[in-house]
Amino acid sequence: MDILTSLVVVPVLTVLALFFVKGLRQARAWAAIGTGIELLLAIWLTVWYLQLRGAGHTEEMLFMRDVLWFKSLNIHYAIGVDGISVALILLTAIVLFAGVFISWHMQELSKEFFISLIVLGTGVFGFFISLDLFTMFLFYELAVIPMYLLIGIWGTGPREYAAMKLTLMLMAGSAFLLVGILGLYFNSAPGGGQLTFNILEIARLDLPMNMQRFLFPLIFMGFGVLGALFPFHTWSPDGHASAPTAVSMLHAGVLMKLGGYGAFRVAMYLLPAAAAEMSWIFIILTAISVLYGAFGALRQTDLKYINAYSSVSHCGLVLFAVLMLNKTSFDGAVLQMLSHGLMTALFFALIGMLYERMHTRDIYKMGGLMKVLPVISSVYVIAGLASLGLPGLSGFVAEMTIFVGAFQHEDLFYRIAVIGSVSAIVVTAVYILRAVGIMLMGPLKNPAFADLPKAAWQERLGILLLLVPIAGMGLFPGWLSEMIMNSLDHIVAKF
Amino acid sequence: MTNFDYALWIPLLPFLSFLILGLSANKIKARAAGLTGVLSLVLATALSLLLAWSYFGAHGGGHEQAYAALQPLKWVWLRFTDTLPFEMGILLDPLSVMMLVVVTLVSLMVHIYSLGYMKGERGFARYYAFLSLFTFAMLGLVLANNIFQTYFFWELVGVSSFLLIGFYYDRPSAVAAAKKAFIVTRFADLGFLIGILILSYYAGTFDFAQLNAPDGPVLSKDWAPVFGGHSLMFWALLLIFMGAAGKSAMFPLHIWLPDAMEGPTPVSALIHAATMVVAGVYLVARLFPVYELVDYGAALQVVAWVGAISALLAAIMAMVQMDIKRVLAYSTMSQIGYMMLALGVSDGGADALGYTASLFHLFTHAFFKSLLFLGAGMIIHALHTNDLREMGNLRKHLPWTHWTFLIACLAISGIPPFSGFFSKDEILAAARENHFWIFAIGYFVAGLTAFYMFRLYFTIFWGRERQYSHKPHEGGWNMKLPLAFLALITLVAGFIPFGEFVSADGLPHHSALDWKLAGSSIGIALIGILAAMYLYSEYKQLPSQIARSLGPLYRLVERKFYIDDIYAFVAKRIMIDTIGAGVAWFDRHIVDGTMNLIGRTTLRLSSAIKGVQSGQVQHYALAFLGGALALAVFFFFRS
Repeated sequence: MDILTSLVVVPVLTVLALFFVKGLRQARAWAAIGTGIELLLAIWLTVWYLQLRGAGHTEEMLFMRDVLWFKSLNIHYAIGVDGISVALILLTAIVLFAGVFISWHMQELSKEFFISLIVLGTGVFGFFISLDLFTMFLFYELAVIPMYLLIGIWGTGPREYAAMKLTLMLMAGSAFLLVGILGLYFNSAPGGGQLTFNILEIARLDLPMNMQRFLFPLIFMGFGVLGALFPFHTWSPDGHASAPTAVSMLHAGVLMKLGGYGAFRVAMYLLPAAAAEMSWIFIILTAISVLYGAFGALRQTDLKYINAYSSVSHCGLVLFAVLMLNKTSFDGAVLQMLSHGLMTALFFALIGMLYERMHTRDIYKMGGLMKVLPVISSVYVIAGLASLGLPGLSGFVAEMTIFVGAFQHEDLFYRIAVIGSVSAIVVTAVYILRAVGIMLMGPLKNPAFADLPKAAWQERLGILLLLVPIAGMGLFPGWLSEMIMNSLDHIVAKF
Repeated sequence: MTNFDYALWIPLLPFLSFLILGLSANKIKARAAGLTGVLSLVLATALSLLLAWSYFGAHGGGHEQAYAALQPLKWVWLRFTDTLPFEMGILLDPLSVMMLVVVTLVSLMVHIYSLGYMKGERGFARYYAFLSLFTFAMLGLVLANNIFQTYFFWELVGVSSFLLIGFYYDRPSAVAAAKKAFIVTRFADLGFLIGILILSYYAGTFDFAQLNAPDGPVLSKDWAPVFGGHSLMFWALLLIFMGAAGKSAMFPLHIWLPDAMEGPTPVSALIHAATMVVAGVYLVARLFPVYELVDYGAALQVVAWVGAISALLAAIMAMVQMDIKRVLAYSTMSQIGYMMLALGVSDGGADALGYTASLFHLFTHAFFKSLLFLGAGMIIHALHTNDLREMGNLRKHLPWTHWTFLIACLAISGIPPFSGFFSKDEILAAARENHFWIFAIGYFVAGLTAFYMFRLYFTIFWGRERQYSHKPHEGGWNMKLPLAFLALITLVAGFIPFGEFVSADGLPHHSALDWKLAGSSIGIALIGILAAMYLYSEYKQLPSQIARSLGPLYRLVERKFYIDDIYAFVAKRIMIDTIGAGVAWFDRHIVDGTMNLIGRTTLRLSSAIKGVQSGQVQHYALAFLGGALALAVFFFFRS
């Protein structure tokens, strides 16, 4: 079995194993083992990939494999990865593994919880390795559906409402997407002959402009819903607020990246002419997302809402960079996906820990937590600093790559849009420091919180799993950026 | 050519100390933490002195030969594009070597002093970790060979400053001050970043050497005016200066500096007096050729006026403060205003006196101002208060502090032979050649400076004896030694022929003292000192009577010209309460409302038509029949 297929098979086997275990202790142990193996696989894949590239393999995709599984529609199980997918696979494996440790005490229906979590992960891994649009779409749905259960069953607050809203909005996005994908399919053989869903084959075509103009908005918005594109982002605050911790981590950390990745790999790559022509509309929308998310976070009092709006802002920047149509900004978009994935997963993990201890997420009910929970609080500050772009942490690398890259656009309008988005860094600083100041600093506000339990080993491990890559990426971004850059030539060549 | 590779260790040593202290956080003993911090700084200082010695020593001493700008190390850290890589590197030229000496020396003194000052404090190791982090960042900033690296460390010093101002994080005022400092400078840095983007887009490089080169991408071209009668380069430089003004607490971005005094006093000495706050001056000096030549130095004019206005306003505000550290904070702002002013009036050419004068003042100021702060720390340590009204006659109790403080006061007031006299005199000389009004402001501020500094001095060390809860006594050797050392430098630094080392064109210049000007500036300083002596050397009602008779004018100054209130209004009322709340409302009600409306409409629509699917066969048959009939009619009439 090739390594990419094992990325999907391992979680499936884990899920199967989980059916036969009993109780929380066994379930979490098996989940940890399964996702641990997955993380090792992802690391191995990264190393192997870099070695192959180093050895002079310059093909667009590596580890390719192609199996026909639905003959009449010519649907293939076609897989392969480039630097972008490898990086995102690594991110997913890290967040998933950390998520298991953060859910260490999931008492309620624990087996089913871990099963849903890992099914979600399976969908994400499958999505990132697929080169066949239909297979990709299948995996995409596989990732979205468990979300409904995870929020609806294990969530808090108005969870049914949130789950329903999230699922319906994402489904609406999927509907756009499906139409778009079918449109690509039916235009994939202009000279007659076999139609195809294969991304690489469609990329070689030059689709007629009319068709591109029709399909691009459908696909971009379809993925954009998941990437929290304004005004289709409102599932995000409610969804995140109601979701259990690990689900928020995976959702904001990984699932929202499906939107960015899809918009990039499908909409931009396959429909470049329309992308270039229509990008200005979406530039406006994404620039709004960036600022709107940041301002939206300013007045929130619920930690999860702060982070959800912050995600709208940061993911908006991903789509913004994707639309800037040059190598550096593409690179920045992927870096931002990685950085935001790690940061926001860390944020949600910490918020979960705080909630478990205090049963509130209202920052005004906290205060002075630094003394009581030094580890969690310090890490929260570090995560906040990463989020506001402190040099030496991942956020700075990603944002600066985007800003410098996007500013190389020769059209003045785009450069002005960049200046608009750059302004968000000030607002980000305000909402991050506001939350940190109110909740962690100052004298202890609620005496009942004076003896909260310190961070347990599995919590520290979960934190460390996310914090180390954040710092690593911030201090040594070179190799990661090169790995992504090397895969961008084929895509940039289309513009 | 000497090998300067070891320069890398100068920032790296404090960074290692930060890593050790940061990772061992609460487990390490206070003593070990302090030793780690001090030891790393001793080594870094030794290296930087050695470096300065061999760098300036390598020069043959001829007056025709410029100091070489060396780049012993550089590597690509992050490749934005092939032509625009983000490099990390080390640039050694007279400016950066001079700054290295200043930063390491002052930082070392503060590290030693803190052993005594912070003794027994909660979070001692954390304090040293942050101090090391700051020193690392500041050294990285000084050594940067390109503007993006500068920005990298620029942000990093900002965060270290935030962490250190908020060191006493359970004190709400400290938290507020830390936030304010960070956000105000962050706002300024937004300008800096946009400035970098514009500059690098048109110049195609971040590299200082290329930006400053006469035949480089910036200076070899004639930039056409595009906006407001100025070229884009001018606007880029102005935006970069916005960053510089934020860091250096220039009007109108100065409001964070007085509040930053909430941090531990040694921190104020290091960050908010000697090093970080002069980063703005350093930045303008770093890009001086560009500032000087783009649009015929139009941006420098702005720098000069901002400096002059800041110097004046700060000096006025310093006169009414009742908190010892706030007086010093405004005085810092005022002195940095001098430095900016001097850069601004530097009219270029072979003998850009202002440039040398500005950096000379930066050099001398770093030492006498940190001396003042450490002296203030001594007083605060002894009395546990910052309030001037609770001090008096301390010369009897704190003799070391008294003498060193007096030396620093004389230096800042510009009395020979103390260091400040020489550098300030050079600034005034440079201003006089360039612009009368700027010179006049500078001259007037010299008098104000002498007045407010000696108001401080006489109130603290003379005046009447207060009821002290316990007899004030001075700290141990680790606090006295830095005072003595800095006082020594303040005594001798003025005699350094600074122009021989640091000048705008890199060539050694010899500048002579203009005794006529010097005499008149000593004169106004003496007037200020005598006025302060008359009013404050013994307790009198007169100062408060004067304050009362000035009425609204006094109040205007006391309220800091209402600049803080304007900021608070914009930040709180407009940004958070109007835009922030507006967006939140809009999102919940309009955007989300639309989504919910779509959902509800769908539900209603479906419940409206769900009756159609009744499950009764006769209904379906009826519908079938009707449909068939309609089709029949349709086809019948169509054919």
